[in-house]
Amino acid sequence: MELLAFGKNGWGDELFFATLMTLAVAITAMLIGFLFALIFTPLKISKNKILNFIANFYTTVVRGVPELLVIYLFFFGGSNAVMFVARIFGYDGFIEINAFITGAFSIGIISGAYSTEVFRGAFKSINRGQFEACKVLGLRKKLYFFKVILPQMLRLAIPNISNVWQITLKDTALISVTGLVEIMRQSYIAAGSTRDPLLFYSFAAVLYLILTFLSMKILNKLEAHYQRGY
Amino acid sequence: MDIDLMISSFPKLLEATLVTLKLVSLSLFFGIFLGTFFAILRIGRNKFLKSLSYYYSYIFRGTPLLVQIFIIYFGLGQIEYLRSSFLWVILKEPYWCAIIAFTLNTGAYTSEILRSAFQTIDKGYIEAGQSLGISRRNILYKIKLPLAIRQSIPAYGNEMILMLKGTSLASTVTLMDLTGVAKFIISTTFKPIEIFIVAGSIYLFITFLIHTFVKFVEKKLEYTK
Repeated sequence: MELLAFGKNGWGDELFFATLMTLAVAITAMLIGFLFALIFTPLKISKNKILNFIANFYTTVVRGVPELLVIYLFFFGGSNAVMFVARIFGYDGFIEINAFITGAFSIGIISGAYSTEVFRGAFKSINRGQFEACKVLGLRKKLYFFKVILPQMLRLAIPNISNVWQITLKDTALISVTGLVEIMRQSYIAAGSTRDPLLFYSFAAVLYLILTFLSMKILNKLEAHYQRGY
Repeated sequence: MDIDLMISSFPKLLEATLVTLKLVSLSLFFGIFLGTFFAILRIGRNKFLKSLSYYYSYIFRGTPLLVQIFIIYFGLGQIEYLRSSFLWVILKEPYWCAIIAFTLNTGAYTSEILRSAFQTIDKGYIEAGQSLGISRRNILYKIKLPLAIRQSIPAYGNEMILMLKGTSLASTVTLMDLTGVAKFIISTTFKPIEIFIVAGSIYLFITFLIHTFVKFVEKKLEYTK
């Protein structure tokens, strides 16, 4: 137990900061994912076949390929790509991308694919009458999207978005392969130097359980809040 | 784009695909039984077994698969008692550790899928069974279970695909599955994009096969009125 204590001899404080790191990566990844969803959901809904194809290609490939493989792609390919762009602008040195950015970006791309599917589903399940009513009232396109369709979409999307959050949170464990010190990596280091892997990995599992439990509680509250009146 | 590398690495990756397929099929096979077992406990009358099944699925669905593999592969070896027992023959092999972790993980998800399928069964079927004097046991095995299985096929198809992606984690415990070999080639040649395209296509192809298979089974078991 003293191994888990805070302070010089224990790993408590390291694991605490690692937990914060996990949360930071997960939140960043989730936001990057929303950014991707913002781009790809309209493409998915649009009636243009080519735009449809692009969006479907993105969601199918990312959801059909293991997360670990996507992380390796960005881990090994990320700095190459950045250096390639930098060379165009005349910079010739070596650029190393921070593990946090690589991790958050690769998990973000994955979470974005799931979010896109969720938002598309939410859009599809809005009653057609709502669209027709907007047309009948002669609302401008911008107004009717932001004031009528979007609020309803968000309400419908919340339960599934909380699923995406859980998936994203658990996916961050995979970033440990790039060396970013989050829960998994910290447990790996601690297990290595104390030769007590059972304790540290079990503790990591408990930390993840706490995170998923707390986020479920919060998201359920949010869901109930937006569900009122229905 | 290095086409030569893509062609020359293809046989190696294909060979590694066999390892991936073995891992997926074995863990799905064991996982179905485990999942069905826990789903039945979950809908049973025994309070203790009910909560046991609930916590099993809660813990395995609430933690990352990577933690589960590491606990089983690195952690269990620490227990002296296990090291001296016959179980050690299995637990010292990364291959079996991975399969145990995958089985426990997919079992948790499968039990949850089946449980929600049990809940959607129309009460009328069960009441019809009861009024015909069919025993509780037979109602479960001949009425509830077949209906639940048919109901859960689409969701189980998703779980199969998730498990296919999950087996990539076997590469973290030294197993050379498709992702493991892909990572090895990437780290020796520094050509991530080419290898990603080849390995990714293989994964997508297997995903496509699973998807087609599940659709086929779904059609087969559909209501025929």
